[in-house]
Amino acid sequence: MENKNNYKGWLYLLPAIILIVLFTLYPIINTVLISFLSEYNYATGESSGFTFSNYAVILGFEDFPSWLPNGGQVEAFMRYALPNTLFITFITVPISIILALIIAVALNSIKALQRFFSTVFFTPYVTNIIAVGMVFGVLFSQHGLINEIFGTSSSFIPNSGTEPPTYFNAMLVLCIEIIWYEMPFKILVFLGGLQGIDKQYYEAARVDSASKFKRFKSITVPLLSPQILYISITSFIDGFKEYQAVAGLFNSRGTTSLEYNLYTAVYFIYDQVQTGGRNINYACAAAVILFLIILVFTFIQFAISKKRVYY
Amino acid sequence: MKTPYIENELKLVIVNKGKDSLKVSKADKVFKYIGLTLIYIFLVLVAFFALLPFYWMILTSLKYQDAQHLQVDNNFFIPFDQIAWSNYVKVFQVDGFDIPQLLVNTLVVVVISTLGTFFITVFASFAFTRLQFKGRDSVFYIFLMTMMIPSELFVMSNFITVYRLGLLNGERWETYVATFAPFLVNVFYIYLLNQSFKQIPNELYLASKVDGKSDWQYLWKVMVPIASPTLITIVILKVISAWNAYAWPKTVVLNDPTYSQITVALRDFAEFYIGNGSERRELITYEMAGTVIVTVPLILLFIFFRKYIMRGVGRAGIKG
Repeated sequence: MENKNNYKGWLYLLPAIILIVLFTLYPIINTVLISFLSEYNYATGESSGFTFSNYAVILGFEDFPSWLPNGGQVEAFMRYALPNTLFITFITVPISIILALIIAVALNSIKALQRFFSTVFFTPYVTNIIAVGMVFGVLFSQHGLINEIFGTSSSFIPNSGTEPPTYFNAMLVLCIEIIWYEMPFKILVFLGGLQGIDKQYYEAARVDSASKFKRFKSITVPLLSPQILYISITSFIDGFKEYQAVAGLFNSRGTTSLEYNLYTAVYFIYDQVQTGGRNINYACAAAVILFLIILVFTFIQFAISKKRVYY
Repeated sequence: MKTPYIENELKLVIVNKGKDSLKVSKADKVFKYIGLTLIYIFLVLVAFFALLPFYWMILTSLKYQDAQHLQVDNNFFIPFDQIAWSNYVKVFQVDGFDIPQLLVNTLVVVVISTLGTFFITVFASFAFTRLQFKGRDSVFYIFLMTMMIPSELFVMSNFITVYRLGLLNGERWETYVATFAPFLVNVFYIYLLNQSFKQIPNELYLASKVDGKSDWQYLWKVMVPIASPTLITIVILKVISAWNAYAWPKTVVLNDPTYSQITVALRDFAEFYIGNGSERRELITYEMAGTVIVTVPLILLFIFFRKYIMRGVGRAGIKG
């Protein structure tokens, strides 16, 4: 009986195990391995040996070998991709968390139409980020709605109007789009958390005639801290992995087609693969660095949360 | 000596307000209604910004545009007799946007990958929650650990794997398999289903053993029906993420866009343009018609399965 079950258990797990080994576990080892190989050829699997220079080049300590193609592209990781990624994350994550918190508190304080509003606010979540980017592209085009409302004709989107956008304008629209797209999920989680808070706490605070702000600061935020921690960790990770929002909105690596100044880290990684995969060893090094950055930030947040999160 | 102090304070409050309790409660009520009205105004504003892109997409897709009238106005309404329904016919003739073919590609991938994920998840959860065998818990921990690793770490290696398996040669089925294979297993779905399966009392399992039912029959006749709400959630989340996938599907169709997913074609292959070279101009009305075609199926799915989607996402939370 025990034996029979043993073999049966593995049989039921077999499809999942095969696919996880092939497409998740093996790739982790393989990616780390390739990140240390020089002149790696993905078609044949050949390389000219072990090296640290992929990391040195990616981090800007060493020049990109001049005999290889797409030099500017690889150097753009340290110059544009990583700074852009950090910038996008540190702008969009705090703003969208605070806005989502305010909206969730407002939503939680009404009875009529609560379900209607929460459904409306959630709709962007199920939408395609590529489609969303294209619509924002139309809204922010040189003759689009936003420019007409402000009576201007600024350029925000590369390769669409008569002139290229400034870097600041492009980043501004990108951050607005990301905040708009990332809010629904946060609102839903915060609302769920708020509905789980015992009403007695607020009754007690009312008896003590605590002000509205004080109630928010001393009851809502501490009791919502598990959700806030969860949301801030997941959205920092998502922020570091931003790519599809850029592709949907700009479909361009830079403010002009010759530049790479709109790269994000993950855009860079996919682009190395999609443009023929000849610099795939550099992409692997970049992926490992990105993974380490995410790991460090997640640990920092857990460390902070130990003092401030109440379960 | 504390009592007089409190008395003093009490008096102070009453004198300061200068109103009797009835008046105070009336004033409170007025403030409450003003506050509530402000909250509703705020929420309506948020709803406006949440829905504006959708409205603008549909509106723009119905505006008139051609070579002589490239400029599209920014009015919020179109007079009914000026609605350009024909955009939805012309978008079918856009180069690189063969809608019937793209829908076939997308539906095949969505259906197969959803079915695959469904069976893999059910089998794995059944093994994890009902069957006892050596090494079960270690395997589960390894599965959970893979959730922490960003999928970008797999991209290069998976690209090499599908290349070596001969799946990047631009043939129909090879391309489809390359598109969905790396994403068939989702550890989060397994975790979600484990939670539901665990709640089914073990007595049912023993009872069905007494009835002479096999494990297989028990799984499909008892466990799956009981866990069906969770399974519906998983299926819908999978459909959404398969339909919306962009980065990986784009990576595997580089050689030949014929078997591309519709989202990828919308962004990368569709030629929503008129003219050539420096005369090339964007036809945003066609572009928005294409976007509507890609977006609307999911909005409909959301409207019909709102409960399952919002519960599934809210429960533990995952992104696309």
